[in-house]
Formats: sequence, structure tokens, C-alpha cells
Amino acid sequence: MHGGKALLSPSSSADRRLSALVRHLEGSSSIVMGSKDSSIAASPTSARNSVFEHILQASEDPILGVTVAYNKDPSPVKLNLGVGAYRTEEGKPLVLNVVRRAEQMLVNDNSRVKEYLPIVGLADFNKLSAKLILGADSPAIQENRVTTVQCLSGTGSLRIGAEFLSRHYNQHIIYIPQPTWGNHPKVFALSGITVKFYRYYDPATRGLDFQGLLEDLGSAPSGAIVLLHACAHNPTGVDPTPQQWEQIRQLMRSKALLPFFDSAYQGFASGNLDSDAHSVRIFVADGGECLVAQSYAKNMGLYGERVGALSIVCRTPDVAGRVESQLKLVIRPMYSNPPLHGASIVARILKDSNMYQEWTVELKAMADRIISMRQKLFDALRNRGTPGDWSHIIKQIGMFTFTGLNRNQVSFMTEEYHIYMTSDGRISMAGLSSKTVPHLADAIHAAVTRLD
Amino acid sequence: MASTVPPLASASIAPLQNDGLKANFKTGTSLQCTFLGKEFYKAKQSFTRTSMTVAVKVSRFNDITMAPPDPILGVSEAFKADTHELKLNLGVGAYRTEDLQPLVLNVVKKAENLMLERGENKEYLPIEGLAAFNKVTAELLFGADSAVIQQQRVATVQGLSGTGSLRLAAALIERYFPGSKVLISAPTWGNHKNIFNDARVPWSEYRYYDPKTVGLDFEGMISDIKAAPEGSFVLLHGCAHNPTGIDPTPEQWEIIADVIQEKNHIPFFDVAYQGFASGSLDKDASSVRLFAARGMELLVAQSYSKNLGLYAERIGAMNVVCSSSDAAVRVKSQLKRIARPMYSNPPIHGARIVANIVGNTELFNEWKEDMELMAGRIKSVRQKLYDGLKAKDNSGKDWSFVLKQIGMFSFTGLNKAQSDNMTNKWHVYMTKDGRISLAGLPSAKCDYLADAIIDSYHNVN
Repeated sequence: MHGGKALLSPSSSADRRLSALVRHLEGSSSIVMGSKDSSIAASPTSARNSVFEHILQASEDPILGVTVAYNKDPSPVKLNLGVGAYRTEEGKPLVLNVVRRAEQMLVNDNSRVKEYLPIVGLADFNKLSAKLILGADSPAIQENRVTTVQCLSGTGSLRIGAEFLSRHYNQHIIYIPQPTWGNHPKVFALSGITVKFYRYYDPATRGLDFQGLLEDLGSAPSGAIVLLHACAHNPTGVDPTPQQWEQIRQLMRSKALLPFFDSAYQGFASGNLDSDAHSVRIFVADGGECLVAQSYAKNMGLYGERVGALSIVCRTPDVAGRVESQLKLVIRPMYSNPPLHGASIVARILKDSNMYQEWTVELKAMADRIISMRQKLFDALRNRGTPGDWSHIIKQIGMFTFTGLNRNQVSFMTEEYHIYMTSDGRISMAGLSSKTVPHLADAIHAAVTRLD
Repeated sequence: MASTVPPLASASIAPLQNDGLKANFKTGTSLQCTFLGKEFYKAKQSFTRTSMTVAVKVSRFNDITMAPPDPILGVSEAFKADTHELKLNLGVGAYRTEDLQPLVLNVVKKAENLMLERGENKEYLPIEGLAAFNKVTAELLFGADSAVIQQQRVATVQGLSGTGSLRLAAALIERYFPGSKVLISAPTWGNHKNIFNDARVPWSEYRYYDPKTVGLDFEGMISDIKAAPEGSFVLLHGCAHNPTGIDPTPEQWEIIADVIQEKNHIPFFDVAYQGFASGSLDKDASSVRLFAARGMELLVAQSYSKNLGLYAERIGAMNVVCSSSDAAVRVKSQLKRIARPMYSNPPIHGARIVANIVGNTELFNEWKEDMELMAGRIKSVRQKLYDGLKAKDNSGKDWSFVLKQIGMFSFTGLNKAQSDNMTNKWHVYMTKDGRISLAGLPSAKCDYLADAIIDSYHNVN
């Protein structure tokens, strides 16, 4: 994937496909070509029947697989804590009122057209997004040093940034936290960037392994890219303190490490848009360069509309202009230009002070509900006398909690209590309600007391 | 912007000039900088929050060059700058009404209102997209009663319009058919090459446009497809070839299919104008259906940008027809694996619009009428242009290609100098390859355009 693959020159298309198959199998390492047990025999007819014969079934995405299993369960007390989307107290998905209003206005506006957006997306949306994450008074914006391009939510912003760096940045290594969102390594690897990990989560404390983080970033080669979760680390919910962020910043700048922020929860974590942008802003304030991927999936509840933005903060406006021109060359052959609908909703809300206000209120309500679920779960476990220190539940922030439960305990909870969560012990607080917290607390209590 | 040399000691950050700055990052702890001829050595970088010591650093992106501007966008920009009252923009790749306005179909507005009334949520779609959309899009393309649909042999994945769908397929080819080439027509849509280049899929061209006839170089096309290595992917425009407007006849499609089967090539259709070209969804899908009916495996990228006017909503699909339903399941799973690290899952809005329209008989019929109107307008300006050329040109030149060509675009046969004349003298904006967009031509301007073409053709070399 990173170039450097041996060139094949097989004589026939069948040979080519079989070679691809061998390489595919070598990657998965569990089947040896030529072994008697191999179910993939090179029979003369199989190559002719379908040109796709050698294509194997990909395994289901692990996170989505949780919901698949949940859907199959007939139990009335089942609980889906795998879902990475906000749920109301009634367990329903939520479309914000202000979003509905904005959408109504857009659909009813007869002057609106559906012409192609520019490659970089909706101009208003881009400007407003940069302001949102960097701060309206950000010198980087005032000095025209930021290029912002609309992308397909967080994933799309990360991918465009990764492809851009792969082509135009001389260091093709990125350090990502251990653990991180499952899709991160794939996004960067496919763009031709080598993925390395830096220590992040400390299972002993269920908190940040700050020493390990500093050591690992400290030994990174100069100029390496570093992925940082701006707030509400996914999947652990463990964030550095402001003091720790400052130390990280100093270390990174001293080694010319290039920050690449993933900001998927601005406002959704603490309930305050500025607090949740603090980490990004201290880096931008020192005049240095960085990349920021923004998503509106959670904080505006626009999940399926795929709205996000990639901002690249550069040293000068001239560089920013050239960078933008090259971003367009990455975007055009991928999907030409981004989708209009979601970005229009965001722009409408961000530019209208009343709607913006309304949004901050609804956003805070979502964040508050999640924070209250944390407190309720913590209290419930304490009341049950569940062994262990569960304070990490209220110390961690954002949608997810890394419970610290192991695979066995998780399986137990699924089988006995119909609790659906990822096997790493992560639960989505967004999927909890006051009514269901007791059931979860019972499950955790049982798992911890009966299994180690 | 500050251009003086900031002192090494603490200073407020000023934007730095890049000229004359050289920084060596490889040494890590020390920076050697040449600034305005003076050399500074800085032993260590350290920053405090309130007083930032000067980072005499060059942007990490300093060596990045300005990318060339998009050639087609340049046409629109020049058009905007022109103040001449008779100016005509024939570079536009989007439908325009007779009044030269963009068009949002009524049926689309109705669908959006329905969606609003229902108050649907905005949850993530599955990686492969909206199931209802995937179902109707494949049925629209192949025909609901086609064997490939009945036998569940099509892997359909919602994609980001035509471009995004093509890119998914290109990534599939790169991963599972390494070394296989894609054969593309000469000429073809400008972005095709970019897509395959970025996906690292090798490509080569097959002859297509014959400037002598302003028509199809069929022999060249067949010869080049035959000469390609066995198992190549052959990119074919399902209808309304972009940029020429020249499509093979049904008989020629049969021969193309023969050759492709002979060489075990894999047909790869780009269908961006189904219904928009002739006005009939079925007619415009006939080339794809011909291949599918032969039991061939094929790839088909679809777009709803033009036929439903959903340009900015980015709605399309990648369809892979396999010889078995089992293969289709496996292929679909791998297309998902490609989409996930690209954008995770596709946007809902455009998909819901399509699903609502096609799934509702009344709306579907209204859509078909809309398509007939759009295609009809384009056909009528072609007729008017042809009539004008025939009436005003006494040279005996055969202008019938204007009527034979189909879809939004036409290759006029004008060369670069002649195209420049169109712009400079007549204020008609088009691309240098001689392509005009009939979508941007109002009926009232057909005569004017005829004059311009005749003048450019005869009086300019």
C-alpha cells in the first residue's frame, strides 16, 4: 500500500488474479496457499466463472457488528451501548430543533439551487467552521493563514488531510494514541502514511499515561505527524488537563512534530464550545502550523449528512493559498465537490445569532444529559458496593467511557444481562437513560464480582 | 507583514517571510537559519505561553507549488468578466432553462417537502448507503425484471455521485486486479484520468473521436480494445459521451461487446445521463442492458447529478454485476472496506430524494416528464442550431453531426484557434477542445451561435 510493492507481470488475467489472491491470503496469514486444507483451489473453471472469484468476504466492522447483534436479541431489557450516536432519555435518536428550523428555511427558500459547490465546498460554511474551532478573534484567521475546505464529516477531513500530507509533507509517519478510534489507522495507512502508536491510556489508573505519552512523542523523529483528539478522546474519554496540554505543546514544538487534531466533539464534551477547543487554540496561538479535522456529526446531530471541515493553519497566507490549491487536486478525483445539504444547515445556524444561541443551549443539554448519566452510573455502583474504584466514570468525558472491564466480563454482561458494547470495555453513555442505569449497574456489579 | 529581522529574544509572533529562510529540521535540536544573509544559530526552541520566542522557521509546506487552476472553471470566470451583451456561456456543465437559469425539479422539491413533513432522523447510513436507494438505483439501471436483479448478482453501493462511485471502483481494481489497465476513450471526461491516477490504476487510451468525420472512429476503437492485454477494464460512456456527444449505434455496441468478450475484458460503464440524453430512462440504459443480458460481468457507475438535477447533493452508485450472488456479496463487502476509510458512510439527503421519487408512482412519472422536457429542450436547440448552420452556410459542409450527437455536450470540430475566435470575436465561451454545452444555449441564441461557428470554421485556421 505504501508503494514499494513488487511489480507483477503475469502473462494472463487468470494468473494476475491468482497472484492477487495469494497476496491477499498472505496478508491474513491464516491459510497457506497450496495446503491440502486450503479451500481456495486454482481450478481452471473457477477463474473463468467470475473475475471476482478471488475476492473474499470482508469481516463486518467490529463497532457496527455490536448493533447487528443487538438487533437480533429479543430480550426486553437489552441495552445498546455500542452506538456512537446520541440518544435521548427515551432512547431515541435526536434531530435538534434548531436543525429542523434551519432545514425548513432551506427547503422553503425558492431561490436556492442545487448547483455544484466549488471543490472546496460552501464558502460561508468554511469561514464559519474555522471561526468556530479557532475562535472568531484568532490571529491565524485574521492573518489569512488558514485554509479550510469542506469535507465529508470527520472521516473525510482526516482522509483529505492524510492524502495531502502523503503527497506534500516529507515525513510519512503519524503517531496515534493507543487506543484510538478504530478507523484512524486505516485512514492513514491507505493514504500511504506509516502508523505508529504513542502510549495514552493507562489501564491501571483508567486515566492518562502521561509519562508514556511524553516519552513516546519525545522519541519520535523530528517532523513526524501526531494525531491528537482535541477533546473527549475516543474510545477512552480520557483527556489531558490544560497543564498537560501545554506540556504536550511545548514538547511537540521543540521537536517540530506536526499536530493533526481530530475534533469530533466540540461543545459536546463539556457543553462549552470554547473549552472544548482549548487544546487546538493553544497550538494555533504559538504561531505554528497544524491540521484540524472537524465533524458536525455529534455536536449538531448531523451524522448522516456527512458535514465536516479540514483546516490547515499555515505560517503565511501565501503558503495557505498554495496548500488550498493542492487540496483541491486531492478532492477532485475522490468525489469532485462536497454535499450541499448538511453544510447549508450548519452555515445557516452559525451565521444567525439567535439560531447559534439556540444551538448552544441544545448542545449543552446533550452534554449535560451525558454528564448526568455518568454521575448516575457512578452513584449506582457505589450504592451497590461494587468493588473497585469507579471514579473514572465521572472523570472521563464525552460520549464514551472506558469501563476497564475485560473481554470475559463484557461477554458475560452480553449473555446474562443483554448489554451490548464493544469488547474493549467501551460503553456509550449516550445510550443510557435514568431507567436503564440500574440494569447496567447490576450487570457491571455481577461481572466484577463473579469474574476477574 | 513584517519584513524586519525579529530579535532572537522574546518577541510577539509576526508573520514570517519565507524568502531567504532555510531551516534544517533534521538536526532536531538546533536550527540553522539564513535570514537576509545573516546566519543565526538557535540552540533550542522553547516557548512559553505568554511570551513566544521567535521561531525563525519556514513553513513545512513551503515547497508546495500552486496547483494549476481547473481548465473548465477558467471558462466560467472569463465569461463573468466579459461585459458584452451577446456573450454566451457554453462551458457550463449543468442544465440551464431557456432563461439560462439553473433548475431544481419540482419533483425534487416535492420529495424534500415530504421528507420534512415526515421528520426523519439524521442517523448514519450503513457504509453501503441507503438500502431503499440501492434497490431502486439498480432496478432503474438494469430494469427491475432483469436477470441480474432477479438473481441478486449485483453489488450496489451508494457513492458520491459519479466521481465517488468511479473512485470506489478504481480502488477495487487497484486492490484486486493489480496491474490491470483501464482503457479510456480519447477524449474522455477530464477527471477520469485524475481518478485512475490518484487510485494508482494504470490506464491507456483507445481511439474514439474522429476529427475528420466529427464522429466515431469505430475501427480505431475496436482495434485498440482488441490490442489491449487480456482482462483489461474498458471504460465506456453508457450514453451521451462526454465531451463529444458521439455514441455508438446499437449495432456498434454489439460489436464492442463481442470484442470485449473475446478478450475477457471487463466493461466499466460510466452512466451520468440516464434519461437525460434521449429523455427515456430505458433507452439510455440500453447499452448497459445489452452487456448484462449477455451474462457478462461488469461495473457501472451512476450519477443523479444531471437527470435529477441533484448536482450538489452528490448522489450516485457503484454497481458490480457478478456471475453469482455469492460473488456479489463478497464484492459488496470489499467496496464497503474501501468506503469506510474514505468517508465512513455516504450522505443521506440525496439518497432519500431519489428513493422517494422512484418509490412513488406519481413522483416517478413526474420525473420522467421532467427528463423529457430537459432532453427535449436540448434536442430542440440542436435542431435549431443545425437549421441555422444549414441555412447560413453555403460551403456544403455536413453539419448533421449536431443532430447525431446526443446529450449535454457537442464536439463542434473546431480547433483551438477556431475556438479562441469564438470567444475573442463572438464572445462565445467554450472549452479549447471545441466542446460546447447545449445546456447553456437558449433557443433565441441559436442563430447567433450558427454565425459564430460558420465564421470560425471558414475564416480561421
